[in-house]
Amino acid sequence: MEYFLIFVSAVFVNNIVLSQFLGICPFLGVSQKVSTSIGMSGAVVFVLVLATIITYLLQTFILDAFEIQYLQTITFILVISSLVQLVEIVLKKVSPTLFQALGIFLPLMTTNCAILGVTILNIQNEFGLIQGIVFAISHAIGFGIALVTFAGLREHFDTVNVPEGMKGMPVALVAAGILSMAFMGFSGLVS
Amino acid sequence: MNQWQNFSKGFFKENPVFVMLLGMCPTLGVTTSALNGLGMGLATTFVLVMANIVVSLIKGVIPPKVRIPTFIVIIASFVTIVEMTMEAYLPSLFEQLGLFIPLIVVNCLILGRSEAFASKNNVLSALLDGLGMGLGFAMALTILGATREILGNGSIFGYSFVAQDANTLLLFIMPPGAFIALGYIIAIMRKTAKTS
Repeated sequence: MEYFLIFVSAVFVNNIVLSQFLGICPFLGVSQKVSTSIGMSGAVVFVLVLATIITYLLQTFILDAFEIQYLQTITFILVISSLVQLVEIVLKKVSPTLFQALGIFLPLMTTNCAILGVTILNIQNEFGLIQGIVFAISHAIGFGIALVTFAGLREHFDTVNVPEGMKGMPVALVAAGILSMAFMGFSGLVS
Repeated sequence: MNQWQNFSKGFFKENPVFVMLLGMCPTLGVTTSALNGLGMGLATTFVLVMANIVVSLIKGVIPPKVRIPTFIVIIASFVTIVEMTMEAYLPSLFEQLGLFIPLIVVNCLILGRSEAFASKNNVLSALLDGLGMGLGFAMALTILGATREILGNGSIFGYSFVAQDANTLLLFIMPPGAFIALGYIIAIMRKTAKTS
């Protein structure tokens, strides 16, 4: 039950993109097509879960043990950037088409605040390892749902007539606002 | 003249938020009031300027293959300094900005400037570039924060100008308002840039 609450709250109520504003760069950057957005979401799930496990262990056994918590930011970002590199190498070998589709956005995962944000939130909420993993998976799924939904919306912008100044990013931002409003309907679901 | 351009391009021509759309997470996340926007903007400016200076100083020493991790460590060190200083001297702002302070590390704007500018230019240019970009970022955040605060709260920099029980557009303080306000501000910026 507890895990279910974490899940619902992370996916719908406190959606990572639409109400916590983490991971906006890939949200706006890779949402032109549904297919690439699915690939991006998969990569985020993978990296986020791995990063959560590793940062949790580091925090417990090194940072807390030696009382050097102020090194948290530096340590976490280093771990995440090396993980991203690893995913890049694996993906290049296993699925070259997906690698090509995601292109420059894989290195940008390092600067995806969703990853660093969730790992830090995890420590701040004082979650255990299992809770932390559930928390990470739920947030990654929430990210995926928001990203794929938004990509679906954006694909339609090509066929409609948008006023000159609103073309491209402005209209996408307004659409994201309306999507965020829709997600606000879930608030109060988990108290 | 060239140095002046390095400094001034960050405000309008290459404004990080309105034109280049970099650093969107803090832009949308902390701008519930003008003051928060300004605080975040200035914190980012400090990190950006310092990181640009250091990267520019040691650009010849860093092996190209490990340059990105090196930049990140440099940036993370300055972010830690900002984090500790702010916690000590501005605890209320620190509380308000919360998670977004450590997240300055992953602001694409800072890494982007280190990679695209500071690692190729001399110290003075890098300093001016960082200062201009940072202040342009701070300006954009303050404009967005002020817009949301005026519409959503009926106040500016904390000074209220409407009656206590007045109906304000609460939506603009909430998450959806951030997206919508930024969308319209960018559209207006484009429109004015074209006509002038």
